[in-house]
Amino acid sequence: MIFANPLKLSKHGVLGMNMRNVDFVYAYNPRHLFPQVDNKLITKELAEKAGIAVPKLYAVVHFQHQVKLLPKLLESYDQFVVKPSKGSGGKGILVVTGKQNGYYMKASGSLFDNKDLDHHVSNIVSGLYSLGGQIDSAMIEYYVNFSPIFKDISYQGVPDIRVLLFQGYPAMAMLRLPTRMSDGKANLHQGAIGVGVDIRRGTTLGGVYHNRPIEIHPDTGKSFKDISIPNWHDLLILAARCYEITGLGYMGIDIVLDKTYGPMILELNARPGLAIQVANDVGLVPRLRKIEKMASKKLDIEQRVRFAQKEFHC
Amino acid sequence: MHSKLQFYIIIFFLALIGFGLTFYKCFFFEYPLLPGKYEEVWIVEAKITFTAEGGPVKASFFTPGATPGYLIQNEDFASTNYGFTKTKDEYGWRANWHAREVKGFQTLYYRVQFFSSVRFNLALLDEKPAVGDTPFFDELYRTAADTLIDQTRTLSADTLTFTAELIKRLNSPSQSQNVKLLLREHNSIKSKTELLLGLLARAGIPARIVRGLFLEDGIRNRSLFDLIQVYDGSQWVFFNPLTGDIGLPEDFFIWQKGGKSLLDLVGGKDSNVSFSITRDLRTSLELASHRADSSKAAFIDFSIYSLPIEKQNALKLLLLVPIGALVVVIMNNLVGLPTSGTFMPVLIALAFKQTELLPGLCMFCIIIGAGLQIRSYLSHLNLLFVPRISAVVIVVILLMTGMSVFSFKLGIQHGLTITFFPMIILAWTIERISLIWEELGHKEALTQALGSLFVACIVFLIMDNSIVEHLTFTFPELILANLATILLIGNYTGYRLSELRRFKSLVKK
Repeated sequence: MIFANPLKLSKHGVLGMNMRNVDFVYAYNPRHLFPQVDNKLITKELAEKAGIAVPKLYAVVHFQHQVKLLPKLLESYDQFVVKPSKGSGGKGILVVTGKQNGYYMKASGSLFDNKDLDHHVSNIVSGLYSLGGQIDSAMIEYYVNFSPIFKDISYQGVPDIRVLLFQGYPAMAMLRLPTRMSDGKANLHQGAIGVGVDIRRGTTLGGVYHNRPIEIHPDTGKSFKDISIPNWHDLLILAARCYEITGLGYMGIDIVLDKTYGPMILELNARPGLAIQVANDVGLVPRLRKIEKMASKKLDIEQRVRFAQKEFHC
Repeated sequence: MHSKLQFYIIIFFLALIGFGLTFYKCFFFEYPLLPGKYEEVWIVEAKITFTAEGGPVKASFFTPGATPGYLIQNEDFASTNYGFTKTKDEYGWRANWHAREVKGFQTLYYRVQFFSSVRFNLALLDEKPAVGDTPFFDELYRTAADTLIDQTRTLSADTLTFTAELIKRLNSPSQSQNVKLLLREHNSIKSKTELLLGLLARAGIPARIVRGLFLEDGIRNRSLFDLIQVYDGSQWVFFNPLTGDIGLPEDFFIWQKGGKSLLDLVGGKDSNVSFSITRDLRTSLELASHRADSSKAAFIDFSIYSLPIEKQNALKLLLLVPIGALVVVIMNNLVGLPTSGTFMPVLIALAFKQTELLPGLCMFCIIIGAGLQIRSYLSHLNLLFVPRISAVVIVVILLMTGMSVFSFKLGIQHGLTITFFPMIILAWTIERISLIWEELGHKEALTQALGSLFVACIVFLIMDNSIVEHLTFTFPELILANLATILLIGNYTGYRLSELRRFKSLVKK
């Protein structure tokens, strides 16, 4: 049989796309709050105001004519990331890891010059990477030096931790590892590996790659099972705080671990995908319903994270 | 909770109105559920011949009114040199021909076309029952009649059994003396019926003649057959005066009711009326519309059929769009097949309806393929969004023009139909696919493009189905049921088919 029995799926509490939309996204995410997470500039501003760690913003290019100021603005930075503020799925992100004789160096080691950078930034501003082609802004921000604990199990790109936050409670988490297939991006349907993470202890469980179970990274050959993510409780606290700043009930929080600064919020997603269930090999519905019952208690951030760590484990 | 209940009530009523109206039209007016159904219509022609005496002529002919089970579709009055009017009297409609000065043998035609209508027909006009005039019997016959009536009465329980017994006695081969005596004067079928009516009148029973035709294809020179109707105290009951059978026979079409003459002729002689019957076929839809028209039901009067034909044809295509929308909804929310652009498949399918599937598919692929090449060049120019998509539109139009001219020169007729493709949709498709191509790679772009094309083909095959076309056009109220279904799916929180595959690993333990 290529299909699972829907009754069995339901018994395992697997969340489907229709239910995610009707019961969670539409029910808990008011439409007018979406721009707060769809526009990364606004997200960053909100987070900074609340004192939540985010990669530092170096410069913003709103208009085409500002593009020529770029070389001067970036003079003092050797490493930085250029990204569209309304892009999604890692589109239009340019990572500069160093400078050499007036040339910029990409993560892959290839070089490009100021003209190429101008071209890329004006593409972003004209809306090439925002769906629907809306006029966009380019953000230039701190380049995350990711924690060495993931060094052996990621191929180029930045591995991140996705925490599914429901009404301020961390419901599930997964580690996303870029592969050669995903072209350094951390999106599962582009070929990244999703690794389930135990909410209680912050240790990795089994992973999925193209919807199939996997325990060894296909590009590096290293196992990613039973890795402990450092400062797990603090990371969950960081994720849970995002509920207060956006007011969105059902969110995916993408967190990176920086070598020097620790966990940082990279971006928020108001329509987080369902793959997290496959990575953790467990359905979301029972956890979400449990949280729904708790909602009336109005717990504070620390209590919510404690509750999640006590209740949700694999 | 309250709003959910309201939602379900709305859905329930939408479905109820949709299916209810359809059922009503199907059941009551016999609208056909399937296309291409035919029903028989009967065409009865009455030929009136007489010899005119040279002066003014006035012929008044009784025309059929309502028969239970039949509905008249149209009437024709063919007669040269005659003026014509139709008048109504207490018994029904009469056709009147008149002329100032005619001489010699004359022929007038009256033609009526009618068809079976089991559940919808017009009420039979019914006059108050009255006992007919007792005909004059002289002494000898009066005694015979009274004896017969008395004998019959002792052998019967009520009016109906009395009538049946009387008919049996009049037609029995071993007739009593009294019957023999009475029949000596009345031995033709016609006068036997008159005798029967006379005896019924003498017995104090209201009765009348009903004349009509047994319907049979290919009949010529038939005259009207007489049935009698007896009032049993609450209703009129039909009797066959020859066999005594009770009830209106099947295939009997009532022409005239009551005692008035069939033809009143002034200024002519040797008149004769003969009937011929033929059967023909008409589409069920035509007859159903006629039934509905006769009913003067308001919702039929405001239906699509009341529009001019070319407007109807435009609507035909429009009414198929909801079906396409339903397919798209099912594909998205129940199957989980990704399409690029929600309604693009419906619009492509509409275009396919004009071009036919295979040529449409080929040309769609060629245009999209060529458009993608050009779009990828345009993207290098680093243009703004609106000018870029406008440029794509223009390129698409150029491509369409080029292909039309080129295929015409090659003698391929289908090339010309390419213009039916909505070019804005093509341009938008090219734009979307190339965006996905750039952002998510060629694999995703091809998946989405093929997904859309696949759904478009399914939508086309469903919209092209003659049954679907017939149902949507004949029963536009089904759109309400369609709407209810879509709303219901909009509330569906179960799994999509694709998810049963996607999450399969979660239950494999």
